[in-house]
Amino acid sequence: MKRVYAKEEVCIGCRLCEVWCRTEHSRSKNIIKAHKSEFPPPVSRVLVEELMPVSFALQCRHCDEPECVESCITGALTKDESGRVVYNEEKCVGCWTCVLVCPYGAPQRDLERKKIAKCDLCPDRDTPACVEMCPNQALVYEER
Amino acid sequence: MKTYQLPEVRIERDKDRCINCGVCVRQCAFNAHKFDEDGEVYSEDEKCVACQRCVSLCPTNALYIKDNAPFVKDNANWTAETQKYIWKQAETGGVLLTGMGNPKPYPIYWDHLVLNASQVTNPSIDPLREPMELRTYLGSKPDHIEIEMVNGEPVLRTKIAPQIMLKTPILFSAMSYGAISYNACEALGRAATELGTFWNTGEGGLHRNLYKYAPNTIVQVASGRFGVHSEYLDAAAAIEIKIGQGAKPGIGGHLPGEKVGPAVSETRMIPVGSDALSPAPHHDIYSIEDLSQLIFSLKEATEYTKPISVKISAVHNVAAIASGIARAGADIIAIDGFRGGTGAAPTMIRDNVGIPIELAIAAVDARLREEGIRNRASIIAAGGFRNSGDVIKAIALGADAVYLGTAALVAMGCHVCQKCYTGKCNWGIATQNPYLEKRLNPDIAAERLYNLVRGWSHEISEMLGGMGINAIESLRGNRLHLRAVGLSREEMDVLGVQVAGSPMA
Ligand code: SF4
Ligand code: SF4
Ligand code: SF4
Ligand code: SF4
Repeated sequence: MKRVYAKEEVCIGCRLCEVWCRTEHSRSKNIIKAHKSEFPPPVSRVLVEELMPVSFALQCRHCDEPECVESCITGALTKDESGRVVYNEEKCVGCWTCVLVCPYGAPQRDLERKKIAKCDLCPDRDTPACVEMCPNQALVYEER
Repeated sequence: MKTYQLPEVRIERDKDRCINCGVCVRQCAFNAHKFDEDGEVYSEDEKCVACQRCVSLCPTNALYIKDNAPFVKDNANWTAETQKYIWKQAETGGVLLTGMGNPKPYPIYWDHLVLNASQVTNPSIDPLREPMELRTYLGSKPDHIEIEMVNGEPVLRTKIAPQIMLKTPILFSAMSYGAISYNACEALGRAATELGTFWNTGEGGLHRNLYKYAPNTIVQVASGRFGVHSEYLDAAAAIEIKIGQGAKPGIGGHLPGEKVGPAVSETRMIPVGSDALSPAPHHDIYSIEDLSQLIFSLKEATEYTKPISVKISAVHNVAAIASGIARAGADIIAIDGFRGGTGAAPTMIRDNVGIPIELAIAAVDARLREEGIRNRASIIAAGGFRNSGDVIKAIALGADAVYLGTAALVAMGCHVCQKCYTGKCNWGIATQNPYLEKRLNPDIAAERLYNLVRGWSHEISEMLGGMGINAIESLRGNRLHLRAVGLSREEMDVLGVQVAGSPMA
C-alpha cells in the first residue's frame, strides 16, 4: 500500500504539514476558520518531531501488524482490506490505550473531544494534504 | 549607546488572517518574528531584511513586507540612502558591506538594443518544425584548417585545440562552495549535467561528492588557490583562472571563518574556522607573461586536454587586456560586467567600480577582430543577465556564451535581499548553517534551474527563427541584427550598432 514517508534531509521544520492536516480535518476546510473559530478545534494528525537541525513529520505508519488495533478496547481501530489502519471516532471512548502502545506516538489526544485523532491518509484527496502542501517535498506518498 | 534609526521595512500582519501558526517565526533566521509570552506572534521590523521568505510561506497570505523609506527633505544629493550609510559608518567606523550585484540605476544597455526579424523579403524559420542549432563550442579555434581528401572523403588534418560543447550558449557562473551551500552546488551540477552545459566551482574547490558532475564542471584556480590539486584539475571539463569578478574589480575575496565548517575546510584545504582570504592579485601574476606561465602550467598539468579560461572583470581597458589574455594562450576569456553578483563586497566598490558588460563585450569583440585573433579565444559574458533577450543580444554583440549567476540563484529561490554575506540566507542558498541549508531541496532547485535554461533556450530559438537564422553561430557578432534606441552617437560607436530605423545594408 501507499504510505507517507518523510525525507528528513529536506524537512525544514516549518510545520505547514500540521497546518494543512488540521485544515483538511476541520469542518469548514477553510484554513482561517479552522484555526480561528472552529470549536472544538481540529487536531493535526501529523506531528513534526525536531531536534534542530534534524526534523521530520511523523504520522500513523499504517503498520502491517498494528499494536493499536490489537489493543483498542472498543474496536475503534481496525485494519481494512487496503491495509489502512482505520479509525471509527464513534466507537472511541478516549481511553488512550492506543496512544500508549503505538511505537511511533502517532495517535494524537484530542483533549476537547476526549477522543483520539489519527492519520486517515486523507480519504477525500488523491494525495494527502501534508504531502501536497509541504513546501520542500519533504514528504512523499508512495508504495515501497 | 543606541542610535535609533527607522527600520528599512515595515512588516504588516493582517491579524484577521493570521492563524498564529508560527511558520514565519520558524522561517526567519533574522528573528524578525517572535512569539510573545501569551503565544501570540509579533514582529520586529528593524531585523527584517526583506527576503520574503515568511511572505512566501505564510499559509494564509497574512504578511506584507513594505518599504519604510524615511521621509527626508527632498534632496537628490542627500537621499535617505546616502544619509543612512553615513549614520552607519559614523556609528561603526567600518567599511559598508553588501551582497549581490550593483543595484544603482546606471543605464541598462540591453534595454536600448532591439533585435531584428524577417518580413516578406526573407523567410523566418519555425523552430518547432525545422532544426535549430544552439550548440556552442568554447575553446580556441585554428587560424585556418587543412582538409585532405582520402578516398573521396574529407579528413581534417588540422589539430583542433580542446573544446567544451554546450547544448545551449548558457552556463552557470562561478559561485563557490562556502559562499553558497552544498545543496546549491549539487543543484547547479545536476542541472548543468542534464542541460548539457557547465557549472563553475568558483574558488571554493569541488566537494568530494560532486565529482560525479565533473564532466560538466569548470573548476576555478583563483588567487587563494583554495581546493586546487591535481585530481581537481584532471576531473574538470575546463579550468578557469580567476583574475577578477564584476562585483568587486581589483579586490580579493573573504570567506569568514564561521562559514568554514568541516566540509568546506576539507574541500578548500584550509583549517576549520579559518578565514579564507583570497588576495586581490595572484601573487605570481604581475604581467601578461606571468599569466601566460600559469595558463601553460595548467595546460601542462592536464596535458593539453582541456581549455583554459581566464576570467576578468570588465574595466576601462578591458579590450587591450583581453587581447593580452588571448595572446597569452587562454582558450576562453570570461568577462564579468559591473552588475555581476557576489557573496560579499564593499558597497562602494560594488556600486562604483567597473563598466557595463554590454560595452565590454562589444569593445573586446571589436578589438580581437581588428587584431585578427578573435578565433583564438571564445568569449563568455557575465554580469546581470536577466532573460533570454539579454543573452541573445550579448551573442549578437560578439559573445560566444553567457554565464548566469544571479538569475540562477533567483530560479532557486533567492529574492535578492543582498544579505548573502551574513550567512543567514533564509532560502538556504548563501549559508552553511545546516538548519538553513536544508531549505534548498536539490531535487527542486535542479529542476527549477533546468526549467529556466530550457525556457530561455526555447525563446532564443524562436528569436533566431524570427530573424531567419537557424544556428546561433550565424548570429555571433552579427551586430547588423541589433539596433539602438535612445543612445548617444558615442555609445553606439562603442557598441558598434546603428540607430533603429537605419537600413540593413
Ligand atoms: S511541511 Fe514539510 S518541510 Fe514543513 S515540517 Fe512538514 S514535512 Fe517538514
Ligand atoms: S495523510 Fe492526511 S490525515 Fe494523514 S497526516 Fe497527512 S494530512 Fe493528516
Ligand atoms: S506564518 Fe502567517 S499565519 Fe502563520 S503566524 Fe506567521 S503571519 Fe500568522
Ligand atoms: S527577514 Fe525575511 S523572513 Fe524575516 S521577516 Fe523579513 S522578509 Fe520575513
